[in-house]
Amino acid sequence: MATVVQAVRMALHVGEDRLGVTDIFGEDIGPPLGGAFTQTQGLRTAWNSPLDERGIIGTAIGLALAGQKPVCEIQFCDYIFNTIDLLKIAGNTLWSSNGQWNVPMVCITPVGSGIRGSIYHSHSFDATATHIPGWKVVMPSNPLDAYGLMLSAIVDPNPVMYLLPKALMRTRALPEELIPGEPGDDKALSKMIDAPLGDRTQWRAEWPDTPNLFVPIGKANVLRQGEHVTVISCGRLVREAMRASDELRAEGVSVEVIDLRSLYPYDWDAIKSSVRKTHRVLVVNEDTEITNFGEHLIRRIVEELFYELYAPPRLLAGAFVPGIGLADNLEHASVPQRSQMVTLLRELASHEP
Amino acid sequence: MSMTTTEATTHGAVGADDTSIAPELLLQMHAHMVTARVLEERLITMYRQGDGYFWIGGPGEEAFNVPLGMLVHKGEGIAYDYLHLHYRSSGTLVALGADPVDSLRQMKNTATDPYSGGRNFGSHYSVKRWNVVPVSSPIEVQYSMCTGTAIAQKRAGSKGITIVQGGDAGTAEGDFATCLVWSSRKGHESPVLIIVTNNRYGISTPWEGQHGEERVSDRGKAFGMPTVTIDGNDPETSYHAIKKAMDYVRTEKKPYLLEVMVSRLHGHSSASGANFVTNERDCLKDFEAKLEARGLRTRKEMDEMRAKVTQELLEASKRVREEPQPEGSTIYDHIFADKNYVAGER
Ligand SMILES: Cc1ncc(C[n+]2csc(CCOP(=O)(O)OP(=O)(O)O)c2C)c(N)n1
Repeated sequence: MATVVQAVRMALHVGEDRLGVTDIFGEDIGPPLGGAFTQTQGLRTAWNSPLDERGIIGTAIGLALAGQKPVCEIQFCDYIFNTIDLLKIAGNTLWSSNGQWNVPMVCITPVGSGIRGSIYHSHSFDATATHIPGWKVVMPSNPLDAYGLMLSAIVDPNPVMYLLPKALMRTRALPEELIPGEPGDDKALSKMIDAPLGDRTQWRAEWPDTPNLFVPIGKANVLRQGEHVTVISCGRLVREAMRASDELRAEGVSVEVIDLRSLYPYDWDAIKSSVRKTHRVLVVNEDTEITNFGEHLIRRIVEELFYELYAPPRLLAGAFVPGIGLADNLEHASVPQRSQMVTLLRELASHEP
Repeated sequence: MSMTTTEATTHGAVGADDTSIAPELLLQMHAHMVTARVLEERLITMYRQGDGYFWIGGPGEEAFNVPLGMLVHKGEGIAYDYLHLHYRSSGTLVALGADPVDSLRQMKNTATDPYSGGRNFGSHYSVKRWNVVPVSSPIEVQYSMCTGTAIAQKRAGSKGITIVQGGDAGTAEGDFATCLVWSSRKGHESPVLIIVTNNRYGISTPWEGQHGEERVSDRGKAFGMPTVTIDGNDPETSYHAIKKAMDYVRTEKKPYLLEVMVSRLHGHSSASGANFVTNERDCLKDFEAKLEARGLRTRKEMDEMRAKVTQELLEASKRVREEPQPEGSTIYDHIFADKNYVAGER
């Protein structure tokens, strides 16, 4: 069973092998390391860039304008903030040129907390990324989606921001998340595509034959059907939401779990039908709560589905504090915890108008 | 240090007295310079008369920007030169063959504006078929983007090069360093002609007091690239310097830093009034004196040329005034290419 990071790597291989990817680049992306999280080991088109985030985004834009298909990486989203004006340009070039130039690039950036990354390895980027028009924004929660969303990002003719939850990198696929063609056996896969320790100069990856399996951008995944309350989340917190729903099941509370997968465009149809069914909704993400993408979803739910609601929609998001402190207690107090989800979902489920 | 243009000339490796350019080419250059100048004057007038919200442009830079446009290997795709320009590049566009009336359309933000459909300021060009990538207002970002087109060209073994241009004050931005660093990586050098047009000002802030380096071109030396500072007020000097730099970049596939001393004849933009300044060299006036002295064009011919273009653009501006404005409902157009694109559904 592939891990998320292996899934990303296999998708990038498919990208350069048959979907036209010309460049996979960023800090420590090429040999010998192959990415701070090993996500680009063994890839033919991977190369190391200077330590210059603006240069990385700028070069990706230039490559895209020249008809190439670049996949660039900002090593941690904590370091993407000095590129925002360039991200805006990637997002507005088609519009400002009145349709002349599209910018088909992918930007991968690891996001979020959960690895005790302290102040500068725990940032989220979804609130900011979804505030930049012209970008599609995706965030996988498991290896299969990591694979399929990457393929979709690669073939998309627009800039796509691929938010990769750091805490999920070593998360293994559940049986239903198996990528077709991968050996299934962890050791066998590792032997094929994980670079060995020590001298890697002679090493070549042996890629399993995996298919063009696209997870469409803009389509959510209703992971679990439920009756009483809906939880909408993405990335790392999806599995937490599933566990919260497991806990509540014992109490007779039936929770519908939606994994957004795409933040923009987002799957309004999936949200709408779920709210019409359960009439109660909790939105969960770990970016800071002011101003938060979940707030947008709730605004739209209130405006368009007001008379469907049996309870005020709730947002569970990161605390609006300048950083995530290193100590366990500090991190726990800063980002949504499963126990909070359970409490809120329980409250919502029993709320009557 | 005084950054006079004469001093800059002698600093350069290219002599201003090189007269080997064919007379027909000089006359063509002059015609483009006249068109570019008159175009800027018309744009300023349009702004003054309420036919545009903002003016920024390149009067005073024609002696460099026109030869640049004439020397570009023009076309679409990586086989040709890419141009990452800024908002003073009308002269280059005119020399490439752009219709000046289209600049009036962008000034008047009409739906017919081929560069941005009425979305962007004047002189913010974008011409896909000539590899003129969209000019955007943030200073210096083009220096971070140009490395991408250059890498693509080098990889393809193309004859095309990447040309990037911006002002002197903007070189304080990190993007300028990005360009120097990325284009000169050992073993991965890329074909970028890095141009800085130095008019010795930001908006109002003078060069003096903001820069520790003697010249912008000096910064290229640390990266092992050829650098030169030239007198951009002389079109012949410019022509030779650009040609030499382009030849180097095209054959060596490596970067070259070209600093060009230019004038700013109507101030920074309409925000500072756009009035003609009398204390800077006027490249068109100087060039016309030369052409006259060499017997290539008479004063009368030149006056007539200018009057003719002036009249044409005046009439064109009246026509443009009647062209449709973009509809408000079009704001959602062109946010995404192929806007219903869903991977796997094709
Ligand atoms: C990133 C950014 N900062 C500030 C501005 C506002 N601004 C517009 S032009 C300008 C001065 C630019 O001077 P220089 O680079 O020398 O170019 P010039 O206009 O003189 O040709 C400034 C500060 C801007 N457009 N972009």
